Amino acid sequence: MGIEQILAAIPWETIIIQTVNGIVTGMILALIASGLTLIFGIMDVVNFAHGELFMLGAYIGVVVMATSGNFWLALIIATLVVALLGAALQITTLRPLLGRDPLTTILATFGISLVLQNYALWQFGPVARKIQEPFTGYFTLFYLEYPWYRLLIAALSAAIIGAFWLFLKYGKYGIWIRATTQDRVMAQAMGIPVPWVHTGAFAIGAGMAAASGVLFGPLVAAMPAMGVDWILKAFIVVVVGGMGSLGGSIAASIFISLLEAYASIWVSPAQAGIVSFVVLILTLLFRPTGLFVPTPK
Amino acid sequence: MNPDATPMQPLIAVEDVHTYYGKSHILHGVSLHVERGEVVGLLGRNGVGKSTTLKTIMGLVRPSRGKVLFAGNPISGLPAHKLARLGIGYVPEDRRIFRLLTVMENLRTGLDRHGVTEARKQELLDKAFAYFPVLAERRNQAGGTLSGGEQQMLAIARAMMLEPKIILLDEPTEGLMPRMVSQIRQIIDVLQREGVAILLVEQNVPLTLEASERIYIMEKGVVRHHAASSDLQVNDAVIHQYLGV
Amino acid sequence: MSKRSATVYWTGFSIILALLIVAPLVLPEFWRRFVTEILIWGLLAMSSDILIGYTGMVSFGHSAFFGLGMYGAAAALLMVRPPNLWLAIVYGLIGSAAVGLFVAYFSTRLRDIYFAITTLIFSQIFYVIIFTWTEVTGGENGLSFRRPPLAVPGLFSVPFSPETLHWFVLAVVTASYLILRRITQSPFGMVLQSIRENEARTRAIGYAVERYKIVAVMLSALFAGLAGVLYALQNRFAAPDFVYFLVSGETVIFNVMGGIGTLVGPIVGAGFFLLLREAFSRFFTEYYLIPVGVIFIAMVIFLPQGLLGFMRRWLNQ
Repeated sequence: MGIEQILAAIPWETIIIQTVNGIVTGMILALIASGLTLIFGIMDVVNFAHGELFMLGAYIGVVVMATSGNFWLALIIATLVVALLGAALQITTLRPLLGRDPLTTILATFGISLVLQNYALWQFGPVARKIQEPFTGYFTLFYLEYPWYRLLIAALSAAIIGAFWLFLKYGKYGIWIRATTQDRVMAQAMGIPVPWVHTGAFAIGAGMAAASGVLFGPLVAAMPAMGVDWILKAFIVVVVGGMGSLGGSIAASIFISLLEAYASIWVSPAQAGIVSFVVLILTLLFRPTGLFVPTPK
Repeated sequence: MNPDATPMQPLIAVEDVHTYYGKSHILHGVSLHVERGEVVGLLGRNGVGKSTTLKTIMGLVRPSRGKVLFAGNPISGLPAHKLARLGIGYVPEDRRIFRLLTVMENLRTGLDRHGVTEARKQELLDKAFAYFPVLAERRNQAGGTLSGGEQQMLAIARAMMLEPKIILLDEPTEGLMPRMVSQIRQIIDVLQREGVAILLVEQNVPLTLEASERIYIMEKGVVRHHAASSDLQVNDAVIHQYLGV
Repeated sequence: MSKRSATVYWTGFSIILALLIVAPLVLPEFWRRFVTEILIWGLLAMSSDILIGYTGMVSFGHSAFFGLGMYGAAAALLMVRPPNLWLAIVYGLIGSAAVGLFVAYFSTRLRDIYFAITTLIFSQIFYVIIFTWTEVTGGENGLSFRRPPLAVPGLFSVPFSPETLHWFVLAVVTASYLILRRITQSPFGMVLQSIRENEARTRAIGYAVERYKIVAVMLSALFAGLAGVLYALQNRFAAPDFVYFLVSGETVIFNVMGGIGTLVGPIVGAGFFLLLREAFSRFFTEYYLIPVGVIFIAMVIFLPQGLLGFMRRWLNQ
């Protein structure tokens, strides 16, 4: 086959569409994974309930939309409410476990995830609820009418992550968080109230998860079990990106989402999900510290 | 708590403190005190519990028995961040500066406190840079890129940002070149002039004898000897006995 | 174990065993099945205890071992005529052992949280494979099959009655318990516990920690697979739901509630959980996990040693 024939056989348009899709999904995943990485990096807690915080964000978004019709209000309220919930959860269930075997926090957050999932099931029922997009409107991307909204999601996620990064780098509390992440003991010795930094970080992580939920809501309907798939992907992203590395998680999120988007050109979406598992296994075999983290010397 | 209320009380008083690490009984009843503005030395071989004593005072480790008092008020059991705000500065072994934070950010961890005006913060910063000009040069560099001596200076400057009444100094000259050792000596003088008390843990006996007003010598988790430094000399029998020098 | 302790222990053991033997004869059908289920889940939890309680490796991968045991048995019962009980067990064990090898390999290269998360993800990998490979595994609907007779080839063959099935399960679980107990009290078991206490020190003393971990994982996988076979026998179907990581999560809950490192604790934990589920289902219908979940969290915080944790030292003599 000549070059022209090979090039013609590649479905360029579909690939570009899938690239855009992959980036959109990747940004949402990055937002979820960032929260998870923040929490793990600062207090060594693997937050099993993170997917449920995402799910609750989506549901609160549904409720606020239903009463007020304002998408942006939904985004803000959902983020704040879940952030507060996160703070409350951290204070009641995670603070008592400080200093104990890390297994206990995995178990505690697993318990929380069960409770939250069933609570949502109880309150909202198993039927999916949709959030209305803040605006409809399509532009034509090749043969497809591509919704503007999807690009908005990617942009907003990027904006939130960017704002978070700026906060970490320049804010007073950002320095507290970074210092506590690096050396909890010395941070305390410098007068930083570490227990509250932990609570704050957990709340921020929770808020970010909730924001993803609201942003993602119009794409996929809100369901009690929606957190589960995302939490597994988020875990994979965090491990592949290098546990505790924010930049790594973001890079890994986009990388894996793109791969899956391309894979679903040829196989069903459920099977495309295996891509992330394969990437994880390969990473663990060959670069266990993380694909996007420089190999430690 | 009013640290200035009772001028007759020592600034720091450690009374019969026992501390464990897990099952290991490290401190077997340590008692010592530091007055305002004093420089007190704590000598002893490796592993006798000098660092643990400092950590206990700093609230990083809880004593199982005994009391630690700050200006007459009991502080054992309080979390370290409260003690830092009360006025206890801590410069640990290995310095432990925040390697990924810049020099400025390291200093800011001590500066960003309640009730400190921007003007005051700038004053404190200017003072730190005046005493440690090398830090001014490197202010935007990551802490991890500094040399050992520079990190030591950063660790001390950082503690000074807390405007402490006492600084707990754990082996500041360890691993430093002689030129830097004398610089540390000068810094101790500066701190004393500022009215900051110092509890100095060291292996370097001559330096400690010279810089301190009083000396405690520890062995196996207790204080075995206590004297004014003017009564001790480097080749005293006591020094030989407990430090094997 | 001192003579007196031993007598107390074996007396207790015999009493409980006697009660369990008599159970199907006196209990109504529902509760009979309930007890049998406790035994099966208990076996699964026990297998998980080898890793969590004795070697100190938290694994969320047991749903994969359990599920492969179940599907392995299904394969034997569907593909080989006439359906053979022992073949089902063998196939099931092979299935779970295969997964076990896979997990065992990674167990030597990852520690703690990484290992836990990775086993979790592995469970999900198998779940997705089983769920989507409809031609082979029946996909979402699973596989159903007939229960084989209790047969010794050449001697006799008699179909299972509810009572005999219960006794068979009881026999298998009891034998498994005794075997595992023997193993955990052997020098091998001591090394496992030493790895749990301080892996670095154990390695420094000279033990090939990796080999011990691999054996521990394989053991755990085999007995978990056995539980899967028993479950298939009892319920006559295999479904992907049981490979979902939630099963692993529940297994860990049984362990924690009952007390890790006790072998018998996890069985008690399974029973406790299932009883709570029964009780709360009356009031909360299918949302029983809300109160049960809260109880679990409270136990993790306030009673981390579990219900039988206080007996741990005694049980392990």
